[in-house]
Amino acid sequence: MYNFNNLYEPTSVEEALHLKKEHPQALWLAGGSDILIKIREGKLAHCDLINIYCLEELRGICLEDDGSILIRPLTSFTDVSMHPLIKQHVPVLGEAVDQIGGPQVRNIGTIGGNICNGVTSADSATTLKAYDAVLEIASLDGIRLLPYAEFNLGPGKVDLREGELLCGIRIAKESYENTSGHYIKYAMRKAMDIATLGCSVNVRLSSDKKHIDRLRIAFGVAAPTPIRSTTAEKHAQGHELNEELLEQVAAGALADVSPRTSWRASKEFRLQLVKEMARRTTKAAVEKAGGTING
Amino acid sequence: MDIIGTSLKRVDAFDKVTGKAKYTDDLVSAHALIAKVLHSTIANGWVKEFDLSEAWKVKGVVDIVTCFDVPDIQFPTAGHPWSTDPKHQDIADRKLLNARVRCYADDIAAVIAEDAIAAEEAVRKIKVTYEEYAPILTVEDAMKEGAVAIHEERPNNIVVKSTYEIGKFDEAIQEEGLIKVVGDYETPVVSHCHIESANSFAYMENDKIVVVSSTQIPHIVRRICSQAFGVGFGKIRIIKPYIGGGFGNKQDALTEPLNAFLTTRVGGRPVKLAYTREETFASTRTRHAMQFHIESYIRKDGSFAARTIKAYSNQGGYASHAHALVANAVNAFRMMYPVGAIKSEAYTVYTNLPTAGAMRAYGIPQIGFALEAHVDDIARQTGLDPIMLRKQNMMKLGYVDPITTITCHSTGLEECIDRGEKYLDYSRKRLAYASQSGPIRKGVGMAIFCYKTGVYPISLETSACRMILNQDGSLQMQIGATEIGQGADTVFAMMAAQTIGVTVDKVHVVSKQDTDVTPYDTGAYASRQTYVSGMAVKKTAESFRKKILDFAGFMLKKDPWDLDIKDNNIVHTNKDEKLLSVADVAIESCYSLTNSTHIAAEESHHCTDNTYAFGVCFTEVEVDIPMCQVKVLDIINVHDSGKIINMQTARGQVHGGMSMGLGYGLYEHLKFDPKTGQMLNDNLLDYKLMTAIDTPELHADFVQTNDPTGPYGNKSLGEPPTIPVAPAIRNAVLNATGVAINAAPLHPQRMFEAFTGAGLIK
Repeated sequence: MYNFNNLYEPTSVEEALHLKKEHPQALWLAGGSDILIKIREGKLAHCDLINIYCLEELRGICLEDDGSILIRPLTSFTDVSMHPLIKQHVPVLGEAVDQIGGPQVRNIGTIGGNICNGVTSADSATTLKAYDAVLEIASLDGIRLLPYAEFNLGPGKVDLREGELLCGIRIAKESYENTSGHYIKYAMRKAMDIATLGCSVNVRLSSDKKHIDRLRIAFGVAAPTPIRSTTAEKHAQGHELNEELLEQVAAGALADVSPRTSWRASKEFRLQLVKEMARRTTKAAVEKAGGTING
Repeated sequence: MDIIGTSLKRVDAFDKVTGKAKYTDDLVSAHALIAKVLHSTIANGWVKEFDLSEAWKVKGVVDIVTCFDVPDIQFPTAGHPWSTDPKHQDIADRKLLNARVRCYADDIAAVIAEDAIAAEEAVRKIKVTYEEYAPILTVEDAMKEGAVAIHEERPNNIVVKSTYEIGKFDEAIQEEGLIKVVGDYETPVVSHCHIESANSFAYMENDKIVVVSSTQIPHIVRRICSQAFGVGFGKIRIIKPYIGGGFGNKQDALTEPLNAFLTTRVGGRPVKLAYTREETFASTRTRHAMQFHIESYIRKDGSFAARTIKAYSNQGGYASHAHALVANAVNAFRMMYPVGAIKSEAYTVYTNLPTAGAMRAYGIPQIGFALEAHVDDIARQTGLDPIMLRKQNMMKLGYVDPITTITCHSTGLEECIDRGEKYLDYSRKRLAYASQSGPIRKGVGMAIFCYKTGVYPISLETSACRMILNQDGSLQMQIGATEIGQGADTVFAMMAAQTIGVTVDKVHVVSKQDTDVTPYDTGAYASRQTYVSGMAVKKTAESFRKKILDFAGFMLKKDPWDLDIKDNNIVHTNKDEKLLSVADVAIESCYSLTNSTHIAAEESHHCTDNTYAFGVCFTEVEVDIPMCQVKVLDIINVHDSGKIINMQTARGQVHGGMSMGLGYGLYEHLKFDPKTGQMLNDNLLDYKLMTAIDTPELHADFVQTNDPTGPYGNKSLGEPPTIPVAPAIRNAVLNATGVAINAAPLHPQRMFEAFTGAGLIK
């Protein structure tokens, strides 16, 4: 039994936005895999919910005319990882969300919910950060575009203003074209776990596959929010594919992260993982792109 | 036809996989009230007062009971057979609800409401005023001079201290040329994680209190409820349906005594008290964390001249099974390698952690980790071979324990070791892996154990069984021994069928225990049931068989001694010619106009013997040093549990035990906030129980001895498989990296610290 007072079920985004205006205290309910847990804990007793889960217009993945990939927020993790566009253009995103929870959670949980929760451990977040995703945020005033890089304001806090609803996640063609990515989730077990550290790297190699043309690297749980390591990216720019590249990326990553000690893991251990995973994830991404380290 | 030793399908398999099997929650009356317990938010102190005004305002609240409303009776909760000798009785140190708070999430009040939402909300709205003391979480802090007494009866917080000495230790260590090896080892607090949380529902009927509960020990729970608020045994009735696992947590009175009391507060209306997963973690029982200091003196030939152990067991807030566990641990320290002088000192100490109680293998996984890690440490320091060291010093056939008199009636341990060694190619690999470099390294490890079969002579061992013949030649079998998922009903059915001479489909096991009608048995724990209760089944089956043959003799006008039962038929002894079917006898015995006899048998068995089961674990691991991860590449347990009754369910027990052992060695540990004593990972996300994909392929093998004291040559198997896995993994990591990690589990954070300390991570 769940302790909530009212459940509103809009049939369109517009109706949903009107309901939110009438009931500003009400919470958006998508897949429910986070919010139902909070209700069960008693933290949200007597809350009101607006259930947007049935809004099909917020579900699905398509290729826009400009070549960008548009992921609607209610797309489940399972559907993200199975989608031909994702498999073809950003398979790493599918590989990342495939590591969330177990099959049931991946069937009900949504990619929009994952990033709107604003937690640093969200498995989809690092890869979306590393691909410079852009968010479409709807309100009764219209659509606002916001780089995902600017979305996270702090732990559990995101830039969703009163009356706003995430309605799209875009990855531009220039961002994914000729790019190969890899994600490593470090957790205490292989399923049903949250990341101790997550690292997502994507690279575009020079045409001779000897140098890095562009490298982007993002971490989860290495800071209060998912972050990019721009220092590592600068170190990698134009770098030859060799051990030194891995050292440079790891050193750059260490300069940008700020993990903390919690009862789950110490800061020192997370830093060790940042260093090691920056190396391993970069190496794997380079190899997926057809390059070899010291090759 | 031999039924014993076959892989008969579990008698409850179809009902369990199709959802027909009824568990406690399936049996709750439609209009049952819901109870919720208010747990303390401090770990040490007193409840001074409650403000219930807001809680009473919640719609649907029927009653609120606080620690100031319960009977002023302290009672014990441990699932031990009662002792009529006051010196051996369990410690009575808790009330139904307690004003003296001894651990975080202690039970201090309860709400009964029309539904769960109202009950939960009212619990949240109770305001509590505490007098708070600093939480005492470690044995060291609890034993400090001047530490606050957690129970006034034990001002120094030591629940029990015990010592023993075999031979003369101080003289033995004077021998010249001895090599001294010293080690400190510690094991974590872990949780049973049975699928079905602690739950019960209670109601009154004919002025009696009935509690339907997920318990391993219905007859004992009846006694405890009776003691908890002073009503006669006969006024309490416990019903135990199928249960979703217990692993020792339900060898304790959990929700039952309070729930029995709550129903009396609401005029006997049914009350459901079901703990959430979080409550089951924080407010039931745990496995004792133990710390061991071991010193060994070894001769150059590898024989043990003298050994000493100091053991400290963290009891948590209430005594529960108390000292029995660490006593079991230091006994196994002696029994496993019963050579040379041995000296022991063991303490069980109250702290403000959650109460520790029984858990699979009862103190032996703790000592198993310490002792088997220590033997490998000895091997490393002396350069001797770990297998040779063990074979030379381990228990042999005919050993009589000098303190308990438990005798080694059979042992296949040496063959278990040989089979495991051969399977893994251990000796060759151990040398090959001894000096590796690079970030990813392999290692092999092994460990052995011995385990008693039941609790005699420490405690009473008694069991009873009843069989009733049906008119179609089948029978109902009632046993006090409980099915808790381990397959007890199946092996009892096989034993009955084998001994009577009928096929297993003729044996209808009454799985549910109801203390009003079920014969007495203390329940499922101590891996005792196939051995102790199995003998009760055998005796009852023999008596039952004789009664059938007597009646067949009357029908056939033959001497029953000339008759036998084979495959559901009455035959001439030593001939297979069918004379009658058992069904013919059954229907005639029931409806005979001249000699109607309702054939039934009931026997009890007071077991006054015990025997040792043995086994080994061999494993090969790969250690990723920079990532601080261990991957189990191969693992096998080889067991001597005597004659195996059911090969398939035996393998299942071994796989389950190995899984628990892998968790103990690599993943599982409860964490507590050092400032408040609050459990931090009281859920299955943060408590790292292995998932299916974390589990390597598990191999099980058996060396089948025939134990002369077992009813069918069998010895304990339920708990043992969990014992040797964690130390085998620890020893494999040592072989791979040269780093001796002396605390379980070997989780990544711990390995990071160890590898950093050893200079493997810079």
